[in-house]
Amino acid sequence: MNERAPELAAAAAGPAGAAPPANPSKTGLVEIEQGGPLTPIQWIERKMLSRPLIGPLAVLVIATIVFSIVSPNFGTLQNFSLILQQVQVIAMLGIAQTLVILTAGIDLSVAAVMLLSQVAMGKFAVSLGLPVELALVLGILVGVACGAINGLVVTRLNIPPFIATLGTLSIFYALNIFISDGESVPYADVPPLFNWLGTGFQVLGTTFTYGQVLTLAMFLLFAYILRSTAWGTHIYAVGDNIEAARLTGIRVDRVLMSVYVVAGLIIGLTAWLLIGRIGSISPTAGVGYNLASITAVVIGGTSLFGGRGRIMGTLLGALIVGVFSSGLSLAGFDSLWQEFTIGLLIIGAVAVDQRLRKIGR
Amino acid sequence: MTTTTPELVLEARGLVKRYGHVVALDETDFEIRQGEVLAVIGDNGAGKSSLVQCLAGAVQPDEGELLIGGQQVTLKSPVEARHRGIETVFQSLAVSPALDIASNIFLGRELRMPGIAGTVFRRLDKKRMREESLAVMSQLGLQTLQNIGQSVESLSGGQRQGVAVARAAAFGSKVVILDEPTAALGVKESGRVVKLIQDIKARGIPVILISHNMPQIFEVADRIHIQRLGKRVALVDTADIDMADAVAVMVGAKTPAELGLAR
Repeated sequence: MNERAPELAAAAAGPAGAAPPANPSKTGLVEIEQGGPLTPIQWIERKMLSRPLIGPLAVLVIATIVFSIVSPNFGTLQNFSLILQQVQVIAMLGIAQTLVILTAGIDLSVAAVMLLSQVAMGKFAVSLGLPVELALVLGILVGVACGAINGLVVTRLNIPPFIATLGTLSIFYALNIFISDGESVPYADVPPLFNWLGTGFQVLGTTFTYGQVLTLAMFLLFAYILRSTAWGTHIYAVGDNIEAARLTGIRVDRVLMSVYVVAGLIIGLTAWLLIGRIGSISPTAGVGYNLASITAVVIGGTSLFGGRGRIMGTLLGALIVGVFSSGLSLAGFDSLWQEFTIGLLIIGAVAVDQRLRKIGR
Repeated sequence: MTTTTPELVLEARGLVKRYGHVVALDETDFEIRQGEVLAVIGDNGAGKSSLVQCLAGAVQPDEGELLIGGQQVTLKSPVEARHRGIETVFQSLAVSPALDIASNIFLGRELRMPGIAGTVFRRLDKKRMREESLAVMSQLGLQTLQNIGQSVESLSGGQRQGVAVARAAAFGSKVVILDEPTAALGVKESGRVVKLIQDIKARGIPVILISHNMPQIFEVADRIHIQRLGKRVALVDTADIDMADAVAVMVGAKTPAELGLAR
C-alpha cells in the first residue's frame, strides 16, 4: 500500500472550523502518490497499469527475436505477411470481441455470426442471383442484424452476455447450416468481389493482401474511436463500473446495444475477409474462431472483467498467437505444442490482469 | 410553515415515500438556503436516504412537491436533477476507476473539439477537459495531484472523493449533495473532506451534507436538519444547539419543544 504523505496529516490536524482558504495554492494539500521507493516489481506493475500494451508487446518482441535466432526462415518479410494472413480473421473478430469484453460482456457467437453472414452473401449472390455488390452489403447487414439480436437479448431480456451469446451461437450456427444446406460454394462459383480481400499487391517481392490492409485500418479506426470519442469513453465506463456510468447519466443500455450492433458490423466485414482468405464459402470454415478471438483479446491484455484494455493489444495478441504457431512449427515442434503454449499464454495474461486489478482497487 | 423566498435554492414540501407498508418519508419538509452548508442527520430508518434520493432524482416521491428556486419541478432521474443544477456525490462515488481524472469529471458530458474534428470525427477535446478539470481541482485545493491524466484507481480513497466532489462542483451547479462523504474514509482523509466542503461553500455553492459524523457536522454546517421517523423534527442553526442535544432529538430522547427550538 502506498504511504500517505505526512503533509496530509498536518492538514487534517489543522484548526477545526478554520475559514476556507482564500488562496488554495498556498494551503493546498501536498499529496504524493508513491510515498516510498518502489521495488522493481512494483515499478513494472505501475508501468503495466498505466501502459497496458507493454506486456504483450514485450512478449511479441522477445518471441520474434528468439524464433528468428532459432529458425532462419522465421524472420523474413514473407513469413511476416504469412503470419498476418493467418491471424487476420481472428484479429478482426478480436476487434468485435474487444468492444464487447470492454463492456464486461463476452460474445460467444462471433464465429457463428461470421459464418451466417458469409453464407448469406453466397446465397444472395449465387443462388438468388442478386448483384454481387448488393449481396455483399446484405450479407454484412445480416451480421449487423445478428449483433442487434445479441444486443436486444442482453439489454431487453437482461440475460448475461455469456448466456445470451451461448444461445445465439447455437441459433445462428443452425441458421447457417439451414441456409447453406450444409454445402460449400466452391471457389469457381464465388464472385471475384467476394474474393477481393484475398488478392493483393507486391512490396519488396512479398505479397500483401487487401485483407491485411483492411484489418490494420480497422484496428487504427477503432483505436481512434475508443481513445478519442465519447462513445469510446462510455464503453470503458460501462464495463468498469456500470452503476457509476448510470448515475453519471450515460445511457447504459444504449451503449451496450450499440456495441453489439457495431460488433455485428465488424463481423459482417470479417465474413468478407474470410471468403477472401479461404477462397470458398464454407458453412463450417471457422468454428474454432470463437475461442481464438477471445484468446487474442485476453493475451492482448484486455481484462475479461471489463473496462480495461486496448484495441491494439488485441492485434498484438493475435500476432503473438501467429508468431508462436509459426515459430514453433518452423522450429520443428508438433502442432500440439502450439496449443500448449497458447494455453500458457492465456493463463499468464489473466494472472497478470488479476494482479494489476488488485493494485488498482 | 415555510414560505417560498428567493433565497431558498431547493425546497421540498410534504414529501411522502412509501416502500410497500414501510413509510420512509412521512410528509417531510426540506429547505436549503443560498450559500449555506446544511447537515441532514437522523437515525437509521429516519428517512435520510430516501430524502436525499428524492432530492437527487434517484427515486420519485409518492406525494409532495419539490421546488428549485421557488419553481415546482419533478425530477425523474439523477440526470434530470443534474440538468437542473443538483449535483450529487453518491456514497459509492460513482467514479470509473480505470478512467483518468479528467474523463471522470466530464463523464457523460464530454467536450468535443471545435469544427470538423468534433462534428464529423467526434474527436474529444481532451486538452480542454484536462485544463478545466485541473482548474476546478485547483480551486478545491486538489491541484497537487501528480497528473490529471492518471487513472482514478491510482488514487487514494480521499483523492477519489476529491474527484467526485470536483465533478459536482465543476458544473456551476446550484447545490451539491454529499451523501455520507466520510463513511469510507480514515481520520486523515475525513479532515480533507471538511476542507473540500468549505471550499465548495467558498465558491458560493450550497452544500447538503448527509453524515453521521457529529464533530464534522458541527465543524462545517450552518444549519442542521434533524430527520426522525420520516419527518423533519427540527431545523436549527448549528450555533443554537450542542452535539448532545442534537443527538437526543435525533434519537427521540428529547423533543425540540423541550429545547425551546422553534420548530
